[in-house]
Parts: sequence; C-alpha cells; structure tokens
Amino acid sequence: MGATLAQKILARASGKGEVEPGQYVTASIDLAMMTDQMYATFSILAEAGIKSIWDPNRVVCLLDHYAPSPTVESAEVGKKITEAVKAFNIKNFYGQRAGIAHQVLPEHGWIVPGELIVATDSHTTTYGAFGAAGTGIGISEMAYVLTTGTLWFKVPETIKFHMLGKLQPAVMSKDLILYIAGKYSTEVAQYKSVEFTGPVAQEMSLASRMTMSNMAVEIGAKFGFFEPDEKVIQYLSRRRDKPFDLLRTDKDAIYERIYEIDVSTLEPQVAAPFAIDNVKPISEVGEVRVDQAVLGSCTNGRLEDLRIAAKILKGREVHPDTRLLVIPASADVYKEALNEGILYTLIEAGGVICNPGCGPCFGAHMGLLAAGEACVASINRNFRGRMGSPEAKVYLASPATVAASAIEGKIADPRNY
Amino acid sequence: MKGKVWTFGNNVDTDAITPSKYLGGSQAELKKHILEVVNPRFPQEVKPGDIIVGGSNFGCGSSRESAPAALKAIGIGAIVAESFARIFFRNAIAIGLPIFTCPDVSSSFTEGDEMELDLATAKITNVTQRKILQAQPLPEQMLQVLSQGGIVPLLKEIARKMKG
Repeated sequence: MGATLAQKILARASGKGEVEPGQYVTASIDLAMMTDQMYATFSILAEAGIKSIWDPNRVVCLLDHYAPSPTVESAEVGKKITEAVKAFNIKNFYGQRAGIAHQVLPEHGWIVPGELIVATDSHTTTYGAFGAAGTGIGISEMAYVLTTGTLWFKVPETIKFHMLGKLQPAVMSKDLILYIAGKYSTEVAQYKSVEFTGPVAQEMSLASRMTMSNMAVEIGAKFGFFEPDEKVIQYLSRRRDKPFDLLRTDKDAIYERIYEIDVSTLEPQVAAPFAIDNVKPISEVGEVRVDQAVLGSCTNGRLEDLRIAAKILKGREVHPDTRLLVIPASADVYKEALNEGILYTLIEAGGVICNPGCGPCFGAHMGLLAAGEACVASINRNFRGRMGSPEAKVYLASPATVAASAIEGKIADPRNY
Repeated sequence: MKGKVWTFGNNVDTDAITPSKYLGGSQAELKKHILEVVNPRFPQEVKPGDIIVGGSNFGCGSSRESAPAALKAIGIGAIVAESFARIFFRNAIAIGLPIFTCPDVSSSFTEGDEMELDLATAKITNVTQRKILQAQPLPEQMLQVLSQGGIVPLLKEIARKMKG
C-alpha cells in the first residue's frame, strides 16, 4: 500500500518502515525555529534547569514580530533573547535584520524537502510548499524539542485539493486558498495533512505555493504540501550544498478525501470580517470603503506580490483617504524590489514602505486601525481586534486586490487594471 | 477523576477562553474573564475539579499556550470535546491538562452532570445519567507527560538525570 508524504516523512523521522494514520510516533526533529516568543521557551528551560540544547546547529531563530522594538518592554525581551541565544550557543540567529521567518528560512536554504520542521508559530505550514513537513507547536513543546530533539506526533489522514484549469489574469493563489476556506470551511482540514495538486499546482511559482501552504493552517491543517519538483530543486541549488531526497506521495496512497476544483472561472476572493471562511467573490462584496491597505506578511509579502501591486499602481495614485502600507517579507525581497524599481513605483503612487517583518498583521507592532476603520490586507487572519481596535474591520484579499483597492479607496476588482 | 460538567458549543476559540485584552494583565483579572463571552456564569461559578465538555473544533484560533494554561489555573480537571484544534490539544498535554476526543460527548452530557473519567483507558461515565462512553485513548507518550504534570516537570526530571 502506498504512503502519503506525511506518512513517509513521519515514518522516516521516527525510524519506522511505515506508519498509519491515527498512529502516534515519537519523531526526531530535523529543524526547530523560534521567533519573538522564544524568551518564554528559554524561561521554561531555565526553570527546568536545562543548560544546553540538543543540537544548536538544527535551531534557527530570529525576531520578526516586534522588530524593531516598539516598546521598552519588548526591547528588554529582545535583549534577554540575544543573551540567551549566545548562552545556548545558537549560531543561526538573524536578529531583527532579516525579515519574516517563513520567508527568511527558505531564502537561506534551511527548508529542505522531506524534513520535519517545527516552530512556535502557526504559519510554519508554509514550508510544505517545498515538500517539507512544517508545523506549529507551543512554547513548552519547543522546550522539550530543544532538550531532546524529539516530539510526539499523530500521523494525520491526508486530503487533497486537486486544482484544474487556468487562473485568470490578476487572480492569484491567495484567491484560491480563500475560495477553499469559504467553500469548505475552516474545519475542512482539521488535524489533517493537505496536498495541493493538479496542473494549477504544477504551474504555480514557489511564492504562490507558499501562500497556499501558509494558509493551510487556517483550514485546520497540520501540514500543507505541494509535491516538490524541479522548481524546488532549482531554488535550493543556489542556497544549499547538502544533498536531499525528493520524497513524494506514492501514486497508490490513500486519501481520506479528494476535492476537485476548476479554477478557470474563479474571481478574486475577499474574506470579510470576522472569519477566514466568510468569503465572497469580489463581484458580491459591494461598496466597502477602506482606510488602510496592507501589502505584506508571511502570506503575501514576496517579490511577485509586490511586483503585481506595482504593475497595478504604476502611474496611478493611492486614494487620498486611504493609507497604503508596503512591507517586504524579507531583506532579500526588499533588495530585489529595490533593484527592480518596484519600491520606487509604490512610493511614487503614495505607498509607505515599512521595514521587513510581520508588520501590522498580528496587531501589536505598527500600522494599527482605529475604531470604525476598515482595512483590506494581503495577510492571513481577519479576527476581531486582529489589527488594532476590536471595532475595526479587516478584509483579506490578494496583493492585486489590495493594490486596486488602494487606488479606489474601496475594495476593488484588480481585473479592471 | 470525577467532576461536574460545563458544556460548550462548537468552535470555542482561544480568544473566548483567554481574551487578548486581559492577556497582558494580572492572572487574577484574566481568571475573571475566562470564557465569559460564551457563558458569563462560568468564570464566576467554576470550581476546581470541574470538567469542560465541548463541541467540535474546541480551542481554535491562535497557538497561545495561555488558553489551556488559564483553564488549568482555575482548576479545570479535564476537557472532553467532539474534536479539538490541533495546537490547543498539544498545548493542553504539554502543560499537563488531561484532554480527550470523544465524538458523542456533547449529546451525552447536560450542564451540571457528573463525569467520571479514567485517564488510562479513556472510559467516560456520565454518573448522573448512567451512561458510559469511550473516548480516544491517549498514547503512552502523552500519558507519561500528563502523569508528570506537563513538560516542565518532565524536563526537570531530565535535567536531574543529566546531572546524575
């Protein structure tokens, strides 16, 4: 009987020949990643009396949520983290300089197909775009991982979204994942491994795949895989010299369920407040004025996202009543966008470029909303109070829709540009 | 383990359990608001040893460990629900709060019923209504973490062994 990618990776990591869905295994962790809340994990290690970690070379950390520090309190935490990182001999620390972890780790060659990666952040599913099993864990679990290099896992069932047809111009992978959340609910993949397959998946750039894998967690998924292919090999060839296996799901693997989606007639999609599955096609959104438009985040802050926004905004102007915030996902994205003239175009249109990082997405750093304000954002969550006031509204959309909306000062269809 | 049951519906999220606006403040203040948006009586009347019965997708939302930790801090003995959001389930085990998945639990308990729960076998008894249910048993590794009281005591044990 064939095995899914989730089964293969968990079997390999737990030293077993094969594993079945529902089975619990203790697996060796290939890579552990921590961001700003790592101080809580270090505190647990201190409380327990753990002085050294299992393998500092398999730990990567950086500060992306509160960078640069917005308050004295977070500056103090940042200082303690920097000290703890040195004390534990963690060399792979990017500090506040690199950008969002889920962008930085792939860029620096840390994400390899077939590996098991845990991080104290729910959007760790992003690494599934490279065929890696990335998933979020809690701060105590991370303390256990740092001590032992292992963690327990339930082998998940796998479901598949098989995507056929061709996306219309200005319709992006973000629209597809929002459509899936809207149609099948935020529970459809609960505790399951998801695979995104079919001609549409094969056609997609790695950046577009990362958007869907990133938001797989928003439909409940443990992992959000694309099959690793030539694009992954090419991407890694410039970033990593260590060899790796291209683990893939077997042809005769068992899926719990397969959903087939024809994307050809898909419109741009918008998730209205306050749930990710409160999704409407843009033609049904109606008149929604926006005070702020945010282009960025681990979901959609990559070069192709900024590029399509710049294409739409070139020679045009952000609406006088709307603020456009642009947050490149990483320093590398920032540099490339600078070289291509993308940032110049966006600034000239009236956009404000912020430093790489999580930005306003999680509502505690900058760019927050006042009561009664509305924002269209290329981010991943629209919960009440997510980006500032609980009386503000966040609409989730693609970077193209964000750009079109910034011009019109209301949620707008990017296909008109 | 035995306790009085509080029942909740589907999709109880981590913001309902521990509202963000009280997260930065004192534990005492946070305790007054746990689950109040779903049931205002809960934070006022909950007693140590009480058991939570939930619907599907209990604990959805953020990965914050403070949600199960707050429930443990007010003395909740266990949570049994039809299904859980993945990270919430893991975090509950990690902090030593017994947690069980049982698809029929919602329909088998009304608020105030008494539940008896066997951690090792995952057998659940509604003492009030004289019904017996079988929840999904926890694997050996998780039972071991629970019996230690969570990951922190487990790590202390490991640290002691490292020194020894």
